[in-house]
Amino acid sequence: MLKISNLSSGYFGNDVIKNISFEINNGEFVGIIGPNGSGKTTLFRTITKIVTKYNGQLLYKDKEIKGWSVRELAREIAVVPQFLLLAFNFNVYDFIALGRSPYLGRFESLSIRDKEIIERSIQITECYHLRKRLVTELSGGEQQRVFLAQALTQEPKLLLLDEPTSHLDIGHQVEILHLLKKLNKEQGLTILIILHDLNLASDYSERLILLDEGKVYKTGSPDEVLTYQNIEAVYKTVVVVKDNPITKRPHILLVPKER
Amino acid sequence: MNKVLILVFLVVLLVLTVFVCLGIGPSGISYKFLSGIIDDKAESIIIYQVRLPRILGALLVGIGLAVAGSVLQAILRNPLAEPYTLGISGGAALGVTLVLIIPFLSTIKFTLPVAAFMGAIISIAIIYIISSRHHFSVSSLILSGVVLSFICSSLVLLVFAVSKPTEIQSVLFFLMGNFATTNYSLIKMIAIPIIISVMILIILARDIDVLTLGDEKASHLGVSARTIRQFLFIITSVITGCCVATAGMVGFVGLMMPHIMRSIIGPKQQLLILSSAISGAVFLIICDTIARTIIAPAELPVGVITGIIGGLFFIGIIVHAKNI
Repeated sequence: MLKISNLSSGYFGNDVIKNISFEINNGEFVGIIGPNGSGKTTLFRTITKIVTKYNGQLLYKDKEIKGWSVRELAREIAVVPQFLLLAFNFNVYDFIALGRSPYLGRFESLSIRDKEIIERSIQITECYHLRKRLVTELSGGEQQRVFLAQALTQEPKLLLLDEPTSHLDIGHQVEILHLLKKLNKEQGLTILIILHDLNLASDYSERLILLDEGKVYKTGSPDEVLTYQNIEAVYKTVVVVKDNPITKRPHILLVPKER
Repeated sequence: MNKVLILVFLVVLLVLTVFVCLGIGPSGISYKFLSGIIDDKAESIIIYQVRLPRILGALLVGIGLAVAGSVLQAILRNPLAEPYTLGISGGAALGVTLVLIIPFLSTIKFTLPVAAFMGAIISIAIIYIISSRHHFSVSSLILSGVVLSFICSSLVLLVFAVSKPTEIQSVLFFLMGNFATTNYSLIKMIAIPIIISVMILIILARDIDVLTLGDEKASHLGVSARTIRQFLFIITSVITGCCVATAGMVGFVGLMMPHIMRSIIGPKQQLLILSSAISGAVFLIICDTIARTIIAPAELPVGVITGIIGGLFFIGIIVHAKNI
């Protein structure tokens, strides 16, 4: 679905991403991890044409990203941001409905089918009771579900999420990731998610991509990527890796510097 | 459903305002014109040649300024943006002043709105370049707007300094914002560009909604922010240019109307543009009626009245705003 080879990109001529290569297959749930400044967000911004200058190959559905218009791309790839600074008080329903804009012509209004899709996104994300509230009044967890609902309304084939859980408490973190897992399994939605929390990334991702200073340090299953050697080398901190007794996935335990 | 009712109410209010204000004036009130027969020649002239063009002018300028304000607020993601506070009106006024003072230019048709448009678009380009370096933050926008207004008014004063005193007075009165010089030929000139521009903005309403979510999200939703924002700047400059060419500097209409309407009808542009347009027309017609009657037989510039009301409103927003 997404094929990246020897990709470099960045801002004002400074490459943040340096010569990276990986592939995302249809129906995968892939986590991207890495320290701050390792190029995770820049990678997303390059995939979605926010950063338009890049070198190397960046193919979505075997067609170079440069060849897709933003409107075509918005029907294929949706993005859930970490947070969104809203200038005006949209209510939840109107906000989610904007997810249909890549499909609507200038003179068209929402059709019955559009409204059905909006309703379905609202139901999947359990936002029904919020529909008349203002987005700015919602709690972090609720806002994140509303952002997800808007993204789903775009009927994407590939969903990109940029640290969707970093503002949330553990209950809401699990709630969002559980929802994503369900969408991935039941609807075959391909998910590429940036996560700061290595343990969540381990428990939910089938495959992990570990970035370090703009390069792919390691890619593979959580067992292959989350070894103490890899983590200590990339994050420059001492850790212990144990298995989560329930999921059997590796978990990272921090070791304080002074004991 | 509710929102449609509000629109209907606004339309009714507009029709009522036009009729009531047609009847109000220094020479007394007469509603015989409603029956369609006016036997009095003098009365017919007062209504059709004096009051009606002013009211039509105020209607068009009210629509234009309120819509320009609504769209500028949305695309700059800033509730204090409008042609006046951003200095766009100031730029347009400078263009108008040059045309009015230079005798050669003032004789050619269309120079007035074209010069106002040029002034507006240059101002908007300057504001855009300055504030884009600061991510269109509220302070950078308003500060560059204030500074630009200063520069433009200094340049206007410079033009005055080298002109004959007799020429200055009429231009000065015009710049303060008034409809005393509005006539049918001017209205014909500005009506079509304003109406077409407003229609284009209504057609683009959804894109404008998406733009309010920020450039990055807009792009993720399939709207290329840069291109469309630049196009919207040109459209709002056309509107502002037409308004300033008609009535000089009429401040704060574009700030207040979208603000009030957004709190009633919500931030969705389609309804917001329509409701701001109608309420802007109502507001400006009433202000102009006050301006031409309150100290009759003399009259006040309407810009003075909107300036006082709008200035207080502006202060109110700043006092009540949570995050400016």
